[in-house]
Amino acid sequence: MQEFLQQLVNGVSWGGIYALIALGYTMVYGILRLINFAHGDVYMVGAYLAFYSVGWFGLAREGGVGVAGVVLVFAVAMLGCAALGIVIERSAYKPVRRHSKLTALITAIGVSLLLENAGILIFGADPKFFPQIIESRTIRMPAGVVITNHQILILCCSCFLMLLLQLVIYRTKVGKAMRAVSFNRDAASLMGIATDRIIIFTFAIGSALAAAAAVLVALTNPKIDPLMGLLPGIKAFVAAVLGGIGNVPGAVVGGLLMGVAETLVAGYISSTLRDAIAFSLLIVILLVKPSGILGKAVSEKV
Amino acid sequence: MKRLLGGFLLLGIVLGPLACGQKGGDLVIGEYGSLTGPTATFGKSTNKGIALAIRHANEAGGVGGTMLRVVTEDDQGKPEEAATAVNKLVSQDQVIAVLGEVASSNSLAGAPICQKAGVPMISPSSTNEKVTEVGDFIFRVCFIDPFQGAVMAKFAFQSLGLTRVGILRDLRSDYSIGLAGVFRQTFESLGGTICADESYQQGDVDFRAPLTAILATRPQAIFAPGYYTDVGLIARQARDLGITVPLLGGDGWDSPKLTEIGGKAIDGCFFSNHYSSDDQNPVVQEFIANYRSAYDEVPDAIAALGYDAARLLVHVLTVMHTEDPDAFAVLVGGGAGREKRQAAQRKLRDLIASTRDFPGVTGSITLDERRNALKPAVVLKIEDQKYTFVERIAP
Amino acid sequence: MARAERGGGTGGGAARRILTSAWLWVPAALLLFGLEKGLAAALNPYVVRILILSGINIILAVSLNLINGFTGQFSLGHAGFMAVGGYAAAAFDVYVGPYLGPGMGLAAFLISLVIGAIAAAAAGLLIGIPTLRLRGDYLAIATLGFGEIIRVLILNLEFLGGARGFPNIPPRANFFWVYLAVAGCVVFHANLIRSRHGRALLSIRDDEIAAESLGVPTTRYKVTAFVIGSAFAGLAGGLFGHYLMYLHTNSFTFMKSIEVVIMVVLGGMGSITGSIAAAIGLTVLPEALREFREYRMVLYSFLLIVLMITRPQGIFGTREIGSLWMKLRSRRSA
Repeated sequence: MQEFLQQLVNGVSWGGIYALIALGYTMVYGILRLINFAHGDVYMVGAYLAFYSVGWFGLAREGGVGVAGVVLVFAVAMLGCAALGIVIERSAYKPVRRHSKLTALITAIGVSLLLENAGILIFGADPKFFPQIIESRTIRMPAGVVITNHQILILCCSCFLMLLLQLVIYRTKVGKAMRAVSFNRDAASLMGIATDRIIIFTFAIGSALAAAAAVLVALTNPKIDPLMGLLPGIKAFVAAVLGGIGNVPGAVVGGLLMGVAETLVAGYISSTLRDAIAFSLLIVILLVKPSGILGKAVSEKV
Repeated sequence: MKRLLGGFLLLGIVLGPLACGQKGGDLVIGEYGSLTGPTATFGKSTNKGIALAIRHANEAGGVGGTMLRVVTEDDQGKPEEAATAVNKLVSQDQVIAVLGEVASSNSLAGAPICQKAGVPMISPSSTNEKVTEVGDFIFRVCFIDPFQGAVMAKFAFQSLGLTRVGILRDLRSDYSIGLAGVFRQTFESLGGTICADESYQQGDVDFRAPLTAILATRPQAIFAPGYYTDVGLIARQARDLGITVPLLGGDGWDSPKLTEIGGKAIDGCFFSNHYSSDDQNPVVQEFIANYRSAYDEVPDAIAALGYDAARLLVHVLTVMHTEDPDAFAVLVGGGAGREKRQAAQRKLRDLIASTRDFPGVTGSITLDERRNALKPAVVLKIEDQKYTFVERIAP
Repeated sequence: MARAERGGGTGGGAARRILTSAWLWVPAALLLFGLEKGLAAALNPYVVRILILSGINIILAVSLNLINGFTGQFSLGHAGFMAVGGYAAAAFDVYVGPYLGPGMGLAAFLISLVIGAIAAAAAGLLIGIPTLRLRGDYLAIATLGFGEIIRVLILNLEFLGGARGFPNIPPRANFFWVYLAVAGCVVFHANLIRSRHGRALLSIRDDEIAAESLGVPTTRYKVTAFVIGSAFAGLAGGLFGHYLMYLHTNSFTFMKSIEVVIMVVLGGMGSITGSIAAAIGLTVLPEALREFREYRMVLYSFLLIVLMITRPQGIFGTREIGSLWMKLRSRRSA
C-alpha cells in the first residue's frame, strides 16, 4: 500500500508538470487549430533561461536562496519564453496561417527542430546540471510515504497557475475574447475583436506556463539538455488530447491522468514501457472518444 | 534542365573530394569515443590518455622514425553513430588499428566492422564479455564483467556483511545488464538475497518509480551498475525518497562529474574501478604527474586505460618494426595492394595477441586466449566528494 | 478486396503495365549489375555508402508520398514500418537463415526482404484500419503514436536485441540490390498513379467526401495505399539492416519519420520525381556538410520554415520530370 501511495505521489507530481505544458498546447490549438510542435522546445528554453539566470544573478549558493531569488528565476524564464512564443508566432506561424493545415504543421515541426538544434549549438549537447536553488527536504507523511518540498512546490504552483488561468479565461474581457476567437475566428474579428492580438496573448501565456513547468522540473530533476523538451512535449500534447483539446480543465485532467498512469506503469511493470503508455493512451482515446474526456464531440459539416 | 545540371554539379562537388585516396607517410590510428552526450567524460578522458601516450611516442622519435597520427571520431554515445564512425575510420581513413570504445554497447556496434575489415581493435575500457567474442581482431586491456561483478558481490557480502541487496540496472547498456547479471549470480551463490531487480533507461530523468519499488523490499544496499550521469541523479532521488542505504556500482561511475551531479547524496557509496590515484606505485605516480602537467587535472581510470591501450599499440608496432619490417612498411605506406595490407594487419593482430606482462599504468597487462586482460580491481569509497581506496582484489 | 502485394500492384491494370515492360527489366538489371561490379568496387566505400543510403531514402520517400502526397493522408509514423520490416528481415536472416543450408545466404537474404515487407504491410493494415478514420491533425498524431509504440515494443523484445540493438546481420545489401529495389519501387508507384486506382487515390486527396459520394470506396483505397506504402517502407528497412549490419531502435524514432516527411514535402507532395530528388539531396547534403555538423541542422530547419512560408508545394509541386520534359519540347518547337 505504501508503495502504491508513493508511486501515486510521484505520478501526481509529474501530472502537474504535464498539465502546465498541456495548457499551452490546448490553448493554441483552441485558437488556431494548430499543434504547436515547438511548445516542448519552448519549455526547454525556459529551463536554460532559468539555468543561466541563476548564474547571472549569482544565486547558486549552497543551502539555497531566498524567495526573492526564486521568484526572479521564475520571472526571467517566464518572460523570456513569453517573448519567444510571440516571436515564433509572428515570424513562422502567421505567414502560414492562410495555407493548408499540413503546411502549418510542418512549419511547427521546423520551428521545433530549429530550437532544438540552435539549443545544441548555443548551449552544447552535453547535459547541464541545475543548481539547487531551493534545498531539498524530505517530509514524511502518514503511511510511510515521503514527499519532498520540491514536489509540494510543483503541486502548489501548478494549481495556482491553473486557477489563475481559469480566472483569466472566464472572468476577464480578454478571456472572453479568447473564447470567442477559439469558437469562430472570423466571426470574432467581425465583432470587432483584435484577433491578432488575442493570438499573440495566447501564445505568450502558453509559453510562460511551459517555462514555469520547466523551472519546476529543473528543481527536482536537475539534468537539462537541449532535447529535454521532446518527450515531455509529446506527452503533454497527448495529455491535452486526452482531456479534450481546446479545453482548459481537460488539459489538467489529462495531465494528471498521464502522470499517474506513466508512473504506475514504470513502477509496477517496466520502465521501458513508460513512454509507450503515453501513446497507447492516445490511441485509445482517439479511437474511443476523439474529443477527449471533457471535450464535446464536433460533427463535420459537409 | 538547369536544375538537372545544378544537381549534377552539386553531386560532383560533393563526391569529388570524397573519392580521393589516402596519402602515406605516417602510421594512422583510429579512435572513436563519446566526446559529446551523457557519457562525454568517458570519451574525453580516453582521448586525453591516448593523446598523451601518442605525444610521448612521437617525441621519442615515433616508431622506427615514423610518426603516429590519430584520427578521432565522435559517436555521441550512441551505438548507431559508433558503427558509422568506425565505418568511416576503416574505409575512408584507412587506419591500421582502432582504439575504442569505453561503453560496451558502442564497442559491440563498432567491433563487427573492424573484424570484417581485418583491422585490429583495442578497447581501453569495455568490460562486457561479448565485445571480444565478436572475433579474433578484437582486444581489450581491461578486466571483464564476470570478474568485476563477482568482485562487487564478494565485497558486498564479505567486506560489508550485506545479505539483502536490490539491483537497479540500465536496460540501454550491455555493460549494465551484464554486470548486474553477474552480480546477481555471485551474490546469490554466496548466500545473499537479491530482494529487488528494477530497471531504467539511460537518459531517463526520473528514477523515482523503480526506486520506490526497490525501497518497498527493504534492501541493505542498492547495486546500480550504470553510468555516472544517471547514477548521480539516482543517488539524489534515492535520498529524496528517504533511502539511506549505500549504493554500489562499477567502473561506469568513474568520472569527475559523478560527485558534481550526485553531490552529498553519493557520499558513502562504493564502486569497483581499474586503478586508484592513491596507488603509490612509481609507474602510476609518474603517469599522474605527466597527465597533470599536460591537462591540469588528475586522471581517472578511463584516461589511464586509454593511455595503456595506446602505449600497448605503440609497443606492438615497435616490435613489428623490428621483427617484420616489410609488414611494417606496408602499414605505413598507403599504396600497397589489398592482400599485402590484410596480411600486414593480420601480423599486427598476432603480435597484439601475444602481449605478455606489458607494464601498464593500470597494472600488468597479459592478454589471454580470449583476448582479455587479467588484472586486479580496486574498490573505492566516496567520502566527502573524494575517492578513497578501500581494497584491491586480484583475479 | 485489393491485396497489397509487393511488385504486384493493385489489380490488373498496374500489374499488366509492369509485366509488359519486362523486356526493360533484363537490360536494367544487367546495367545495375555492371555498375555494382565496376563502379561500386572502384569508388571509395564512403561514397558507396552515401549512394546506398540515398537509395534506401528514395524508397522511403516515394512510398510515403503515396500515402501523404497522392492519397492526402498525413502519416507521421513511417519509421515504425521501416523498423518492422528491418527487424523482421534481420530476425529471419539471423535466426532462420542458417537452417536453410550452406550457400543459401543470398536466398535467405531475398526471402528475408519479402518477409520484412509483408510484416510491415501487416502492421500497416493493423494500424491503418482504426486510424484512417481520423482526419488531418489527429491522423498525424495517431500515426506518430503508433510509430513510437512499435519502436518501444521492439525495444522490449529481447530476441531482437532489446535496448542494445541487433548486431551481426549479414551484410548482403549492396548497390545492385538496393537500386534494383529502387527501380522496382519507382516503376511500381509511377504505374500505380497513372492507373485508375491512382486516380481514385487522387480524388480522395482532393475531396474525400465528394469521392465517397461518387461511389469511390474511400476507406478501402486509403487502407490499401497505407498498406502498400508500409510494405515498401518495410523493404527499405530490410535493406537498411542488411547494409548497416546492425539495427538499433534509435534509428527509427519519430525524428526519422519527420526526416522522410521533410523529403516528401521538399520534393513536392504528389511528385515522384520530387521525392527522388529530395531523397538524394537530403542524404548527400548533410554528408557533404559534415564538417559544419552543428550549423547544418540549424540551417536545415531554418530552410524548412522558409520553404513552408514561401513555397509550400515543394520544389516539384505536383509535377513530374515527364511534364517538365514536355514543357521544354513544346517551348522549343514553338
